[in-house]
Amino acid sequence: MKNAKAGPLLYGFLVAVLAASVFPLYYSFIVASKDNSVLGEKVPPLFPGGNLVENVTRVFDSVDFWLAMQNSFIVAASVAISNVVLGTLAGFAFARLRFRGRDSLFLVVLGTAMVPTQLGVIPLYMLMSDLDWYGTLQAVIVPVLIGSFAVFWMRQACEETVPHELIEAARVDGCSVLRTFWHVGFPAVRPQAAVLGMFTFMTAWNDFFWPLIVLDPNDSPTVQVALSTLASGYYTDYSLMLAGASLAVLPVIAIFVLLSRQIVGGIMQGAVKG
Amino acid sequence: MTALRTETEAVPAASVPSSPEPKRLRLNNWDAKYTPYLIIAPFFLVFGIFGLYPLVYTAWVSLHDWQLIDGNQGFVGLANYVELFSDAKFWNALFNTISLFVLSTVPQLLAALGLAALLDRGLRGRAFWRAGVLLPNVISVAAVALVFAQFFGRDFGIVNFLLGFVGIDPIDWRAETWASHLAVSTMVMWRWTGYNALLYLAAMQSVPKDMYESATLDGASRWRMFWSITVPSIRPTILFTVVTSTIGGLQLFAEPALFDPGFAANNASGGSDRQFQTLVMYMYEKGFRLFDAGYSATIAWMLFLVVLLVAVVNFSLTRRIAGKG
Repeated sequence: MKNAKAGPLLYGFLVAVLAASVFPLYYSFIVASKDNSVLGEKVPPLFPGGNLVENVTRVFDSVDFWLAMQNSFIVAASVAISNVVLGTLAGFAFARLRFRGRDSLFLVVLGTAMVPTQLGVIPLYMLMSDLDWYGTLQAVIVPVLIGSFAVFWMRQACEETVPHELIEAARVDGCSVLRTFWHVGFPAVRPQAAVLGMFTFMTAWNDFFWPLIVLDPNDSPTVQVALSTLASGYYTDYSLMLAGASLAVLPVIAIFVLLSRQIVGGIMQGAVKG
Repeated sequence: MTALRTETEAVPAASVPSSPEPKRLRLNNWDAKYTPYLIIAPFFLVFGIFGLYPLVYTAWVSLHDWQLIDGNQGFVGLANYVELFSDAKFWNALFNTISLFVLSTVPQLLAALGLAALLDRGLRGRAFWRAGVLLPNVISVAAVALVFAQFFGRDFGIVNFLLGFVGIDPIDWRAETWASHLAVSTMVMWRWTGYNALLYLAAMQSVPKDMYESATLDGASRWRMFWSITVPSIRPTILFTVVTSTIGGLQLFAEPALFDPGFAANNASGGSDRQFQTLVMYMYEKGFRLFDAGYSATIAWMLFLVVLLVAVVNFSLTRRIAGKG
């Protein structure tokens, strides 16, 4: 199968698939640049109009979008940094340290990925109320400080790149576990740690369900929560909604354009080994 | 950075103390023995406190008359479950959940399989095509839902406009059960097909080539090879995607919730007649709009059982189907 050469028909089909991938984003930008009245015409618009700035301004007037952007950024950056640090440490331990129960504990880590924790939101909400965390950003940060994906991903990275001999040598020299990690483990996996950071940033940026529940849409929204507010006005204002959506996807698209190769590689690697 | 690099390289060259003092050795032993547990502990702590404990505690809450704001009003045994089984809204949400799950997952995974097979042919610019199919997956559900809400608008939506060309009258996508399920499934498919295709592609690339070569010599068609070599060879990945899509697909929330323009005002009812309210939406409505935590927890726990059951059934079903050569 692999040897079969790809013909023009195949490329044509892939172009169509690609168009389907990109079109909703393009269209959201088109609508965001139009006056609402144009959207009431028979033929849907296909080219940008001149109202982008006006619609974006309306987004900032309708909801506190700056605050939402800022909150999303704080949340996503904190979650990313914490997953990188804690995930690399745990991944290093699972890949390169010897301790009792290591393999079974790692299986537990993998198993937790299958647990539908979303179904525990009621007690989780109560817990946050007891902590007096409702409406605060730590309520959305702390539960995802470290996820199974980060551990799995960094373990894989350490397996592939951290040389056993260097670890042994460092240990013989009397380096503590943490020093060994810092001087031998971490430098070797820095590229994979960076990809993990970007990946986690995007996931946290896009999160919707839990922030919707535990944040105050008027007081402490993230971008996704602000979008849901835009979507539920008295009448459906598509230019406004999609101007907001376009703004909300900009950061992830920027990351994706920069790192698509690594992200694709990461997903495909995980597939074979997981 | 340079300093760090030098130090790293200097590590193996440093001198080995010929006889370490006993105290340092003890410390060293302690370190080697316990530090690993210390550095994997955060994961288990976070998962335990914010993942497992709430999920298990949900079962306990479901046995109580528990109000989100006023707190626990007392143990009621299985009363919530009795009420749930005669609650038409629950059965409706269960039906919608299963229907949306089937409509979005089955075509999605088949399409992903086909797309992966195409991406597995000798393509130019592989990285470009792969990135292209993955793109939808990094877009937030909230943003996707808003765009597709426009696509499936009754009067000015682009889908109805296109259907007009083939002589289909405008469909009120939000009003009808089947139409709304199709629309919501489309969003899910758009976001996940490419991702699953990449998982399949990765698996396909590790299928030994000579299997295809000998089949070609035997005169097998490409179609035949796909079903009797490729699919059985990537069975573990197929099983993995079936299980993860089951777990995710049965917990749909954002897509159907935001498909309803009245989401904020109407208690997350999923349409005027609850025609696309899923179980997670119903759980959300009961818990966070009507503050009936006990009942909401009951829905959650039932959904947990449904997820478990369907995941197991799908796992064994797929294993049987994909295993046949």
